[in-house]
Amino acid sequence: MRSLFAMVERLRCSSGQVTFRSKGGHSDRPIFVPMTSAVSFQSVSRLFGTVRAVDNVSLDIAQGEFFAMLGPSGSGKTTCLRLIAGFEQPSSGSISIFGKASEGLPPYKRNVNTVFQDYALFPHMTVGQNVAYGLMIKGMNRADREAKATAALDMVKLKDYGTRRPSQLSGGQRQRVALARALVNEPKVLLLDEPLGALDLKLREQMQEELKHLQKQLGITFVFVTHDQGEALSMADRVAIFNEGKIVQAGTPKEIYEHPRTKFAADFVGSSNVLSPEFCKKHGGPNSWCSLRPEKIRITDTGLLSEITSINYQGATTRLALIAEGTRLIVALPATEVNFKIGDYVRLNWSNESFAKMDNA
Amino acid sequence: MASPISDTFYRKPGLLTAVLLAPPIFWLVVVYLGSLAALLLQSFYALDDFSGLVVHDFTLVTYGHLFDEANREIIIRTVIMASAVTVACAIIAFPIAYYAARFARGKMKALFYLAIMMPLWSSYLVKIYAWKLILAKEGIITWVATSLHGQWLIDALLSIPSIGGSSLSFSYIGTFLVFVYIWIPYMILPIQSSLERVPSNLIEASADLGAKPSQSFRTVIFPLALPGVIAGSIFTFSLTLGDYIVPQIVGNSRLMIGQAVYTFQGTSGDIPLAAAFTVVAMIIMGIYLMVAKRMGAFDAL
Repeated sequence: MRSLFAMVERLRCSSGQVTFRSKGGHSDRPIFVPMTSAVSFQSVSRLFGTVRAVDNVSLDIAQGEFFAMLGPSGSGKTTCLRLIAGFEQPSSGSISIFGKASEGLPPYKRNVNTVFQDYALFPHMTVGQNVAYGLMIKGMNRADREAKATAALDMVKLKDYGTRRPSQLSGGQRQRVALARALVNEPKVLLLDEPLGALDLKLREQMQEELKHLQKQLGITFVFVTHDQGEALSMADRVAIFNEGKIVQAGTPKEIYEHPRTKFAADFVGSSNVLSPEFCKKHGGPNSWCSLRPEKIRITDTGLLSEITSINYQGATTRLALIAEGTRLIVALPATEVNFKIGDYVRLNWSNESFAKMDNA
Repeated sequence: MASPISDTFYRKPGLLTAVLLAPPIFWLVVVYLGSLAALLLQSFYALDDFSGLVVHDFTLVTYGHLFDEANREIIIRTVIMASAVTVACAIIAFPIAYYAARFARGKMKALFYLAIMMPLWSSYLVKIYAWKLILAKEGIITWVATSLHGQWLIDALLSIPSIGGSSLSFSYIGTFLVFVYIWIPYMILPIQSSLERVPSNLIEASADLGAKPSQSFRTVIFPLALPGVIAGSIFTFSLTLGDYIVPQIVGNSRLMIGQAVYTFQGTSGDIPLAAAFTVVAMIIMGIYLMVAKRMGAFDAL
C-alpha cells in the first residue's frame, strides 16, 4: 500500500502541469515541471464592492521562472501581485506559495518580498538601514546585517551609497535600493510592481537587462507586473495577459506574439491586423479569424491591390495604413523601402504561414 | 482696456513682490521682532532697590536674580509642570490622532474635527472656571467618587506630598488636568497631520519585509510621526510655560513663570525681572528644540 501511495505521489508530482486556466478561457499546452509551483492560484477572485478586480483566475508559476503579468491599468494584474504579497485576501479561491496555502497569512509571515512601484523606501533611514531593515526585523545582529546589506548594495552597484538618504538618490538608484532591500531577505519569490515605470527610456532598458541577468544569476522566481508589452516580451520566460480581471492568454513571449488567440491579445502585444474568416480564406489562410502582424506583409509586384491612406514615419520603420477590398490593413516597412505617397496603389503579399489562427475576433 | 498698473507689475515682477510683502514684513520686523528686541533689552536693565525705578544701564544683575532660591523654584516648578503636561498630552493625543488619520473617513472624520475644534471656540476663561467647579471639593468629581465609595482614592491622591492639596482645585493635580484639557487640541492636530502624510505603502513595505504591526509602528510609523509630536509638544510646552491664568484659578498659591511675569511687571513694577523670566522660557524652548533635533526628530521632514 505504502509503495503504491508513493508511486501515485511521484506520478502526480511529475505530471504536475503548469497550465493556465481562465474562466471561459483556454488551456495552454502543458509544460512539465518537476517540483511544486512557486505560486499557484486556484480559481481566485477578488471583489472590491461589486467590481471583480480579479475574476476566477487560475495560474501556476514555476520555480525559478521569470513570470510577467501584462495588461492595461485596471486589468487586475497588480491586485494579483498584492494577493501573493498578502496585502489583499482573495474573496474566493485559494493561493498557495511553494505548496503552502497562504489563506489568512499576513504579509510579514510570507516568504515573498515586493519591489514597489514607487519604491516605498523609508525616508527616515539611510540607504544602508533601508536595505538592512528586513534583517533587523528578523533580529540579526548589527555586524552581520550590515555586511549583508553592503553585499546586497554591491550587487546592485551602489556599494558606496549606504550612508546616503533615499532623497539624495536618483530614480534609478532608488529603484536599485528597493531591489537590494527585497533581495537581501533571500525571498523565494520576488514580486515587482511596475518597477521600471518611473524611469526614462534609456535607464529602463538598462535596468531590464540587469534585472533579467540578476534573476538568472540568483534563480529566484520573479513575478513582474507591467503594462509595457515590450518589457514583458524581452524579459519574461512566460507572460500572462490580463484584461478585466481575467487571464486572456498565457505562454512564452514567442507563443504570445506569434499566436495571439484573441483580438485583445493581438492588439495589446504589438499591433496586428485582425482579419475576418472570409478574408483569410480568400487570401491563403484558414477559414477563421486570424492575426497578421504588420511586419509580415511585404509590398511586391504581384498580390492584393490596395490604396495607401496614411504614412506614419517612426524612425527605423514606417507604418502604412491601407485599404484592400474594404479591409483596413497596417503594414510596417523598413523606412528605407518607403517611397510612396498617400493615395498610391500598391500590391501586398505574404506567406500563408503568417496567418495566426485566433479563437474569435 | 489699458491697465497700466498690471502692465507695470508684469514688466517688473520684483515690484509686485515688494508691494505684496511690505506690510507683512513691516509687521514681522517692527511689531513682532521689535517688541521682542525691546523685551530682550529690558532684561539687561535692573531695578534700583531704593527708588524702585528701572535703571537704564546695561547689567546682568537681573539675570543673577533668577538664581535666587524663590525664582529658581518657580522655573523648576514650571518646567516640570510643562513637561508633565506635554508627555500626558502626547500619550492621550497619539491614539486619537492615529484613529483620525488612518481609520476615520467621511462623516466620522468631520465629527472628529468638530469634537477637537469645538472646545477651542469657547472662551478659555469660562472653561477654566468650569473646571474649577468640576474639581472643587463640592464638585462633580468628588460627588461621583463619594457615590461610588471611591472618596479614599481622591484623598489618597490629595495626600501625595507636594502635588496634593486641600482639594483637586487647589492642587497641582488640578492644574495639570486643566492644562492637559486646554492644550490637547494643539497636540492632536499636528500629530494627525503628520500621520496622514505617512504613505500607506511604507507600512505595506515594512510588513512585506517581515515587520509585525507593532514593529511597523515602532520603526516606521512613529519615527515618521515624530515631527508632528514635536510640533505639538512645542505648543503644549511653551503655552504651559507662559500661562498665568490656569495656575491662578486652579492650583495652589505657588507661582509659575507666567504668573511671575504677571506679578513682576504689574504690582512690583520690576519689568527687567519679568523680561528675564520671559527670556528663560525662550531659552528653555531653544534647548528643547536643539535636543529634539539632535535626537533626529526632524529627520523625516
